[in-house]
Amino acid sequence: MAIDVATVRKVASLSRLRESDERLESLAGQLNGILGWIEQLNEVDVSDVQPMTSCVEMTQPLRDDVVTDGGKVADVVSNAPKSLDGFFIVPKVVE
Amino acid sequence: MSDLTKLTLKSALDGLKAKQFSSTELTEAFIGAIEKANPALNAYVLTTFDKAREMAGESDRRLKAGEARALEGAPLGIKDLFCTKGVRTTACSGILDTFVPPYESTVTQNLWDDGAVMLGKLNMDEFAMGSSNETSHWGPVTNPWKSNASNAPLTPGGSSGGSASAVAADLCLAATASDTGGSIRQPAAFTGTVGIKPTYGRASRYGMVAFASSLDQAGPITKTVEDAAIMLQSMCSHDAKDSTSLPNALPDFSSFVGKSIKGLRVGIPDEYRLDGIPGEIDALWEQGIQWLKDAGAEIVRISLPNTKYALPCYYIVAPAEASSNLARYDGMRFGHRTEAASSLTDTYELSRSEGFGAEVKRRIMIGTYVLSAGFYDAYYVKALKVRRRIAEDFVNAWNSCDVILTPATPSAAFQLGDTEKAADPVQMYLNDVFTVTTNLAGLPGMAVPAGLDSKGLPLGLQVIGKALDEGTTLAVGAVLEKAAGFTHKPSQWW
Repeated sequence: MAIDVATVRKVASLSRLRESDERLESLAGQLNGILGWIEQLNEVDVSDVQPMTSCVEMTQPLRDDVVTDGGKVADVVSNAPKSLDGFFIVPKVVE
Repeated sequence: MSDLTKLTLKSALDGLKAKQFSSTELTEAFIGAIEKANPALNAYVLTTFDKAREMAGESDRRLKAGEARALEGAPLGIKDLFCTKGVRTTACSGILDTFVPPYESTVTQNLWDDGAVMLGKLNMDEFAMGSSNETSHWGPVTNPWKSNASNAPLTPGGSSGGSASAVAADLCLAATASDTGGSIRQPAAFTGTVGIKPTYGRASRYGMVAFASSLDQAGPITKTVEDAAIMLQSMCSHDAKDSTSLPNALPDFSSFVGKSIKGLRVGIPDEYRLDGIPGEIDALWEQGIQWLKDAGAEIVRISLPNTKYALPCYYIVAPAEASSNLARYDGMRFGHRTEAASSLTDTYELSRSEGFGAEVKRRIMIGTYVLSAGFYDAYYVKALKVRRRIAEDFVNAWNSCDVILTPATPSAAFQLGDTEKAADPVQMYLNDVFTVTTNLAGLPGMAVPAGLDSKGLPLGLQVIGKALDEGTTLAVGAVLEKAAGFTHKPSQWW
């Protein structure tokens, strides 16, 4: 199934990426090439096959529900683009 | 004194223990070599020489006091994917270009706990997405090898191109690397070095910048198979901070190097004989089969029928996981934030568009598409089912063989700026055709240099082992290494 520019624009928006119209057009071509190549998976019979989500056969390990670390406000905000007094400064979320 | 940078990790560790030279002398030799070579090769994106001198001094004190640990005083290079406390870590992305981690990855912590010395951070494809090291925010890495037919700069492969280039050019004793679809083994094959990806879960992913979490696995690039065993021993560990980390005890990896492979059944998969592969690759494979036969192994023809679906399967699974993992880069808590926006959505979109490179954006969009409503079952779930088929192929193969031998790559190193590969992403993706199956199945895979092609460029063979059987993988690798007698080095043109 071919992807058009409108679909690429929607996927870019879902991905929180902004691309120029020019780029969207070339991306549509590239994505179609990649997805066309991927189509060959339809040749594989996967009836009765369970999806494989992990190659490690193990049960999820659980740890004790206790505090083992923390109190590192300065470390946590040390890479923030903007911060003040241990808080992140972000754009207004609710208009 | 002869050039200390030419030593293998093993011989350097022996020399340090025998007090033939100090870690400080060894470290200074590497610092000199890096200063000379890095302007030409661009293998290091950050050097930490002050820290290296400090660590070497501490190692010398311990060596003198008879308190040497497993890697005491050994100068290493670290792929820029591993978080290093207080040392800039960017995964070679513009979105992390000033990121300084307040914590250390488990893999690197293990190395420092064993006494290793950090020379600096090594170049790579952005977020490990690439096969030529050309998607790095800090520019491409150049392969120290050159074709005897042309002076054009060649790629060291990717994504661990800096690691491979640095080891091949003697700019560190060994390097850390990571492998999601072939990112350790393809660069190793392109540079005449050894690279091993252990079983998924052997090395902790804690503090490793995530690309595709169900596939990512750390491993070393080294000069010899024995060095790979030594590095693996230190890098791997059970880690409560990674929920997929395996609790299984580690064997003594070095004990497998030099072990006889008499009677071992080596599988040769029919499906790895691809159309359009250079005859030299096939000939090398035949040579490898003969070497293993001569060492007493039994050669078994096997079938891995779903091999041809591995790459398309990978290019759904990996971008899907990447689009999810990379959602964290929103310009809020860390990483690049645009100056050109004020509203929230504009800030997200512009921060990400300014920070990510073209290949990363392409993969995020593929991942978003295959996970989006209406396509999730047709693409993503389908790929997960095919993935199980691919894993089952190996389970079936292990009924008739103990280990598998294949070529490592479909070609030798190609030129930087290859326009055909740049124009068609799928052409670039085909680099991983022989390596990607082991990531999907979670198996150990190792590339070993086995010969030179007609242009004088290194070619590698790949050994694939059963889950948790890095030992046999190393044993077979060591037999190939010995039979090949690969002692070629790139001429020092830099």
